[in-house]
Amino acid sequence: MSASLSGPGSATQTPGREPARSGLPRKSRDARYHAPITLTGLVVKVVLLGLVAGIAIWAAFPLIEAKYWVGLAILLATTAGLFYLYLTPQHIPAKYLIPGTIFLIVFQVFPVLYTASTAFTNFGDGHRGDKSDAIVAIQSSSVKQVPGSAQYPLSVATKGDPTTGPLVFLVTDPKSGTVSIGDADGLKALDAGQVTVAPGGKVTAAEGYTILNFGQASARSKDITDLVVPTSGGALRSSGLSRAYEGTAVRAYDEGCDCIKDSESGKIWTADESVGSFVAPDGERLAQGWKVNVGLENFSRVLTDPNISGPFFGTLVWNFAFAIGSTGFTFLLGMGIALALHSPRMRGTNLYRMVLILPYAMPSFAMLLVWRDMFNTDFGLVNNLFGLGVDWFGEAWSARLAVLLVQLWLGYPYMFLVATGALQAIPRELTEATSVDGATPFQSFKAVTLPLLLVAISPLLIASFAYNFNNINAIWFTTEGGPFPADNPRSGATDLLITYTYRLAFGAQGAEYGLAATVSIFIFAIVAVVSAISFSRTRRQEEVYS
Amino acid sequence: MRIRTAGVVAVLGLALAASGCGDNSKDEPAAKESPKAASGKLVIWADDKRAAALKPFGEKFGQENGVTVEVQAVSKDLQTNFVTASQQGSGPDVVVGAHDWIGNLVQNGAIDPVQLAAEQKSAFNETAVKAVTFNGQVYGVPYATENIALIRNTELAPEAPKTIEELVATGKKLKAEKKASEILCLQSGQNGDAYHIYPLYTSAGGYLFGTAANGDYDPKDLGVGKPESIAAFQKIGKLGEKGDGALKRSITGENSIATFTGKKCAYLVSGPWAIADAKKAGIKYDISPVPGFAGGKEAQPFVGVQSFYVAAKGKNKALAQEFVTNYVTKPDLAVALYNAEPRPPALTAAFDQVKGTDPDLAKFSEAGKNGQVLPAIPAMAAIWDPFGKAEAAVIGGADPAKTITAAGKTISGQIK
Repeated sequence: MSASLSGPGSATQTPGREPARSGLPRKSRDARYHAPITLTGLVVKVVLLGLVAGIAIWAAFPLIEAKYWVGLAILLATTAGLFYLYLTPQHIPAKYLIPGTIFLIVFQVFPVLYTASTAFTNFGDGHRGDKSDAIVAIQSSSVKQVPGSAQYPLSVATKGDPTTGPLVFLVTDPKSGTVSIGDADGLKALDAGQVTVAPGGKVTAAEGYTILNFGQASARSKDITDLVVPTSGGALRSSGLSRAYEGTAVRAYDEGCDCIKDSESGKIWTADESVGSFVAPDGERLAQGWKVNVGLENFSRVLTDPNISGPFFGTLVWNFAFAIGSTGFTFLLGMGIALALHSPRMRGTNLYRMVLILPYAMPSFAMLLVWRDMFNTDFGLVNNLFGLGVDWFGEAWSARLAVLLVQLWLGYPYMFLVATGALQAIPRELTEATSVDGATPFQSFKAVTLPLLLVAISPLLIASFAYNFNNINAIWFTTEGGPFPADNPRSGATDLLITYTYRLAFGAQGAEYGLAATVSIFIFAIVAVVSAISFSRTRRQEEVYS
Repeated sequence: MRIRTAGVVAVLGLALAASGCGDNSKDEPAAKESPKAASGKLVIWADDKRAAALKPFGEKFGQENGVTVEVQAVSKDLQTNFVTASQQGSGPDVVVGAHDWIGNLVQNGAIDPVQLAAEQKSAFNETAVKAVTFNGQVYGVPYATENIALIRNTELAPEAPKTIEELVATGKKLKAEKKASEILCLQSGQNGDAYHIYPLYTSAGGYLFGTAANGDYDPKDLGVGKPESIAAFQKIGKLGEKGDGALKRSITGENSIATFTGKKCAYLVSGPWAIADAKKAGIKYDISPVPGFAGGKEAQPFVGVQSFYVAAKGKNKALAQEFVTNYVTKPDLAVALYNAEPRPPALTAAFDQVKGTDPDLAKFSEAGKNGQVLPAIPAMAAIWDPFGKAEAAVIGGADPAKTITAAGKTISGQIK
């Protein structure tokens, strides 16, 4: 039914686009105080709002299913707000601002807030889910086969309907051949006359019972996994759909003491909510923990742990040098070439420009890997070409120089492009006027061209700085942060804060997202401060020159 | 104007209904199908190559049992993706991966133990079963083992070296005669490679973790930083750039096989994955165990095991267990997976079946006979990076005592 509805639905939209063109001339007749409503505009509006409604409905079902009412309320409020905004003629500025704002919230503000909230938790490997997840995992991974017990051929059967009826296990004792029926109350032997047993021991028919085939049985996977038939030695559980084994859960959760007890060794692990683990008196922790709020612990760890804070300052200095160097050298080279090609006496500029753009057109990931191999001591192109034997990535300063060279090669076409654009916007009359006044070309460049160029390019330089400050690819695909001092594998000569953080958070025993989030907050703060200062300076500069 | 507003509302209403219902129309059949789909649907995640090999078997299993089997290829970061997806309840029922994932998968509650009957266990190669056993429980069903060996160009080096000294002597002679430019292709790179250096490390007397009473590796007994490990790296350092020049940081994972197939070195330390390239390049090769130091201990490579796991949060656990414990344990599948990627099958019957047609297989498995199971404990993750970097530093000529002590400190600081 609904499928047929969606047909005409789309049909009404498609012809709607057709009269749009013919409807254009009617514009004058419908002229209003405000901008006229054209049919095209109307159709666009209807389609977009229809999309909004469609997305809202699509998103609502999982939210309802998960009983996530706060999310549903936000969804409803946003959708209703959007409809109100675009169906009433008021609030013109908001109509322009809201889409951008929503995207800003979804793609910028929300991730930042999520990162910040993660920084206060111990979220990471071994601490991903909640406590009940951990308890389930501990108990189910402690189920052991009772020593010396056999495995039984199993058939799943029911007295009622295969899709809903209560399930029973039909198992055959491999030694005696006795068939028993098991449910939550325990095992009962069945008369041999009542059942048909296939060779191998699997029951294929039983009086009064329907044997489930694999298709039917797997539809009730959860019921089968949950069915535990108590026996004297432990309990009969299914292992798949055709075998059962006698097993016991060695470890069990006790709500009274909020602890896990091991029935074999008698050991007890008590829940410790401050670390999100079950801890034994001797300090041993169970591997399966849960996510808890650890307050400022991650922050104090970053500031006080000598492993983390020790190399932090040195890394920060190189990080600044790398970002400034990457931005500065690419800008100088790019601008130099742009100036050279801007000269009216230059010929064949288009060809030059095309060739110069090439590095920009190649995927930087691949280029970084190619450059890494070119800097190889014995097999690399750089050493072979120049007949050198430099261990580029093996010495601190040569590695730093090498990554800056790679950055220069990758980045100058961009600076060349923007500088070319900005130069063309500067009227030639200005430089001509300075030469009339007797200024040398360098003087006129310094006093006129450069300041005007910087007004246009400064924001891009700041953006480039911020990007290179966190340019994990440039380091990770070339030196991986190395070379590392022999006595310190934690922090290398070309490590940026971000590569250093990455190693810290993911290189140790399992990923530590909480710690990684904390360090990224520190990096965020540094970049934000630098950018804020630079932007305010640029603004002052603009005021001077404009 | 009034008419227009009414029109807007009317058209909008229609569009709304259309989009809303359009969505419902997608939802509804799904909702109707879901009991049936969930009934017989088994989702398996594997990497690209294995997914392709598994597909026909998945389909066969599905047809035989009236269920749908979906084999999905996850080409990158399978382990991380699996853990994240499981946590969100959108993970598969079965996942295929290396055995050293077990520690991390267990601490994240992502996999369940599998219950194999005694006769099923005995059908596997002993090392493979040991590899998938963690905290006394079997967590996966192994299907293939892998380890590294010494592959040599028989035109350059006809005899398999018995010791590393013998290898270095032959290599140096070839280099002097300009028949080769490198003595040995053992990948290290600027940041080292713990996996490939491990046989030499063990031969020189080093170890990573001691063994606990139950046979598992004990993360509290860390061998890196102990006097044995320093002695081992002193021996390795002598092979390095300032010594014999057999180990070099310029030989990386990217160029070691290519250098060997380019006939620039006579010896390559690598695994079964290098054979395809050697065959393509038309190299005459032979495979022997990685030799140890003269008078040293045995050179033990790591043995890794590929296996099938049952996801703890899968939607169809009973079917997943059925597939993993009763279907994967059959030799047919193991042989098919071997054909997709030649690694020695873990199932003894399957191994015997393919052994005859592939002499390399027996040689690799011979080289891994005395191997050590790659530790699956989560603490192993803390080893790789510092150990590798220490190796690279020592190869480059750094003082072994200082370097390894620092690496040991870093590692023990990261083990919880």
